[in-house]
Amino acid sequence: MQRALTLYNTTIGKKAVMAASGFILLGFTVGHLSGNLKAFAGPTEYNEYARWLRTVPALLWGARIALLFAVLAHIGSAFQLWKRNKDARPSRYQKNVSVATDYAAKTMYFSGPILLFYILFHLAHLTFGGMLFGEGAMFGIEGYAWEVSNPYNNMVRGFQHWPVVIPYVLGVVALGVHLFHGIWSMFQSLGANHPKYNHLRRDLAIGLAALLTLGNLSFPIAVMAGYLEPTNLTFHFPELM
Amino acid sequence: MKTKNLTLHVWRQDGPDAKGAFETYTAENVNEHMSFLEMLDDLNEKLIIEGKEPIAFDHDCREGICGSCNIVVNGYAHGPQERTTVCQLHMRHVFALGWSEIWLEPWRAAAFPVIKDLVVDRGALDRIIQSGGYISIRTGSARDANETPIPKPISDRAFDAATCIGCGACVAACPNASASLFTAAKVSHLGMLPQGQTERFDRVRKMVAQMDAEGFGSCTNHGECEKACPKGISIDFIAQMNRDFVKAMVTSKHDVEAPNDAE
Ligand code: SF4
Ligand code: FES
Repeated sequence: MQRALTLYNTTIGKKAVMAASGFILLGFTVGHLSGNLKAFAGPTEYNEYARWLRTVPALLWGARIALLFAVLAHIGSAFQLWKRNKDARPSRYQKNVSVATDYAAKTMYFSGPILLFYILFHLAHLTFGGMLFGEGAMFGIEGYAWEVSNPYNNMVRGFQHWPVVIPYVLGVVALGVHLFHGIWSMFQSLGANHPKYNHLRRDLAIGLAALLTLGNLSFPIAVMAGYLEPTNLTFHFPELM
Repeated sequence: MKTKNLTLHVWRQDGPDAKGAFETYTAENVNEHMSFLEMLDDLNEKLIIEGKEPIAFDHDCREGICGSCNIVVNGYAHGPQERTTVCQLHMRHVFALGWSEIWLEPWRAAAFPVIKDLVVDRGALDRIIQSGGYISIRTGSARDANETPIPKPISDRAFDAATCIGCGACVAACPNASASLFTAAKVSHLGMLPQGQTERFDRVRKMVAQMDAEGFGSCTNHGECEKACPKGISIDFIAQMNRDFVKAMVTSKHDVEAPNDAE
């Protein structure tokens, strides 16, 4: 019996899924950065913001589930397409030149997995740090222990140490490179093109990728330059337990 | 008139299932005004005289309009000159690059089995057309050209897409051996014109389904195809196909059948 064609069974459908899930993840990175920029407003504002995020469980868990779903859909489709594309060219060219492909496009299969590992590291660091390290030294760094009610210090004190800074910088740069191709690609995959606005797609990709990269790099830079310092204030936020 | 000796590494393969390999030849006294294919003709004459098997390559019009010729020249589908089929590539352009050693390879894609040497079977592209790349409404004999008013920008764009000669260079140049540019061109040139409207959303679904069934890869938006395409067809058409396809899948009230995988 003939099956009916379904969207997800087609290559274009899978690309649409990649674009849509990528869009959700992009939205999150923008929100995540803008929230974290509160660090520059001071420890109290930063920690208050972290507490506020926990006061609406429906929103928090809604967002977490949506993100998890988007990540799985993004990786799942990428993997299936990667496999298919590999099979589509079984014999390789002896001479292979690329005329149009930029560095970002060529390295999507590297920047993607780097990002995945980085996200796991980032979660282990700043979300599950307390669970993973308890009262002990985080990542074996002497004197760097989890403070339950003080996300500000957890972040700032981490960036005083290279073993935390290096993976972070690598992750953020991979994010920028991934988005440089990803954002542009998203428009193309969803067919969002119009002769009048097409040049803006590249501009937007460059602008957003640069903004997110520099914005996220501003934290370790500010800490290492001594502009952001650990706070001695104490906080008590049961929501953050 | 300049002449030059060239070292050619040519892919030789007896058939679809045979193992291929490069063989090295010297093309002697290549005249700068020869076309690339004439250079190969000359070499073949020599091979025949020597009692060797001539190199098989595809060609027909040698005018850049039929889409038969296909050789990857030093990594460039149709050679290094933009918007030029390999039959229209002339040796002076090759000399100008200072090349004296050239690798000749067939289009490499699972969907394009090698028939012999540089000749591949591009029947997959024909089957994509057969799945829906036509208009099944009888339009009668030729009518007055301006009877159906079509805005100039639209007819121009449709014509841009219609210039696709079906050569398959887009597939050859794509890192994923995707036929997206070809299919997009064929979907779009009909989908933009009034005669093509009736079947527009069925056409795109059937053609994309056939494209997938043939085993082509997916588009990763690298843009290699557009650069390799001898007709300079824009990847904007791929976006247009994607939009029509997703729209068709989401909003159409009836299904289309998924074709069986082509073998
Ligand atoms: S789109 Fe261009 S490269 Fe692809 S088959 Fe048509 S003419 Fe050839
Ligand atoms: S032989 Fe016809 S296009 Fe090259």
